[in-house]
Amino acid sequence: MSAPLLEAEGLRLRFGAVVALDSVAIDVHPGEVVAIVGESGSGKSTLLRVLAGQMRPDAGQVTYRAPDGTPHPVHDMGEAALRRLMRTDWGFVHQHARDGLRMGVSAGGNVGERLMAVGARHYGNIRGEAAEWLRRVEIDPARIDHLPRTFSGGMQQRLQIARTLVTRPRLVFMDEPTGGLDVSVQARLLDLIRALVADLGIAVLLVTHDIAAARLLAHRIMVMRHGQVVEHGLTDRVLDDPQHPYTQLLVSSVLAA
Amino acid sequence: MKASLWTQDLGKSFRLHLQGGIRIPVLEHVDFAVAPGECVALSGPSGAGKSTLMRCLYGNYGAEAGRIHLMHDGAAVELTGADARAMREIRRQTLGYVSQFLRVIPRIGALDIVAEPLIARGAAPELARTRAESLLLQLNLPRRLHHLPPATFSGGEQQRVNLARGFAPGYPILLLDEPTASLDAANREVVIALIAEAKAAGTAIIGIFHDVEVRDRVADRLFEVLPIQDAA
Repeated sequence: MSAPLLEAEGLRLRFGAVVALDSVAIDVHPGEVVAIVGESGSGKSTLLRVLAGQMRPDAGQVTYRAPDGTPHPVHDMGEAALRRLMRTDWGFVHQHARDGLRMGVSAGGNVGERLMAVGARHYGNIRGEAAEWLRRVEIDPARIDHLPRTFSGGMQQRLQIARTLVTRPRLVFMDEPTGGLDVSVQARLLDLIRALVADLGIAVLLVTHDIAAARLLAHRIMVMRHGQVVEHGLTDRVLDDPQHPYTQLLVSSVLAA
Repeated sequence: MKASLWTQDLGKSFRLHLQGGIRIPVLEHVDFAVAPGECVALSGPSGAGKSTLMRCLYGNYGAEAGRIHLMHDGAAVELTGADARAMREIRRQTLGYVSQFLRVIPRIGALDIVAEPLIARGAAPELARTRAESLLLQLNLPRRLHHLPPATFSGGEQQRVNLARGFAPGYPILLLDEPTASLDAANREVVIALIAEAKAAGTAIIGIFHDVEVRDRVADRLFEVLPIQDAA
């Protein structure tokens, strides 16, 4: 069985009197989609930022395993190395597309920029690949020269997905990727993410409060509350046979359509 | 003959924390086994825990006591101690489950839903789709429906998609929960034929069949699941 891509243990973090992370351990293997669920304030977004190296924990260690097998302690890598990682092996999909896009750059430019960051130089190829990715995320390639701000919220989010996945990262962090979108738009986006992630074999760490999204996308699920992981395991097991009182509450609160 | 799947002293109860922590015992001391090419039908009154047993075997419910063993990739594996990744691998290669209801994925057509587990096992996509198509046709799902997402299908049509998806990969062990519940006579015959074919190919089958006629035609023996007596 493969070694984990990302591994963390003993993560602790406090904000004053608030415990944001309390002895959290997690691992993500290649091609695996892991959902972190919980309500606002449970610490799930903080965990994502700590795992992605954007925030330093008070204690504990996050280790990323490079393609050659070398383990890298994420918080000792230095900013430049981390930025390079974020451009190549990793990707981050933000809840608000404008945090992940360059709003003053065309749709094609947003996608092409990531390719250039990993060394692509041929303009025609870059534009061709950008157009192909717009098509994959169901944006009319005729809009390649339009600015993202002329796009709807759902289109902006799909553009952010294209920009993130174009370099075929090994691990993508997603922070509430469907939050703030209309329900009909959410379904389309979720399905798109599901198909792309399966096609490309990308590992995903998905933070969401949407149980249905976690069920659709994730192989494994972790339930967080008050900075602790209260339950984790196979997605359908955790959702269909929840053991912890909080998970039972969470699952029973979902309205069936 | 060596079994494909066997349980030892399997037990399962549910603790409902939102209802004052009440504990509902469903299964106790379940010992049974199924051999390759054999079909065992779970019998017993409604509510006795047949579906719960099935879900425990699939790992959808966590067994609380006892052990579940199965043959996976040439070796015996214990399921209750298997982690999520091992469980996924066992489901991908060895253990299939046809539930009573199809879990519909928005925007995915019937054919792709059926082909997906084949592709996950490494089949070439064209071959997987060909096999999916022939199974759907065998189950009398007309070609014009193959590319539509089954969300709008009737209950019987959805169940046939579900059955095609379960039978397509040729899992060594197959769990069938009421596979003929909403099917007409013609399709019931198709399912009976599919089960016979799978048994002949060495598949071990555990099923719940409310239709006694179907049950008597496919099952080699019955395993009775009895309700737990209230400890008063």
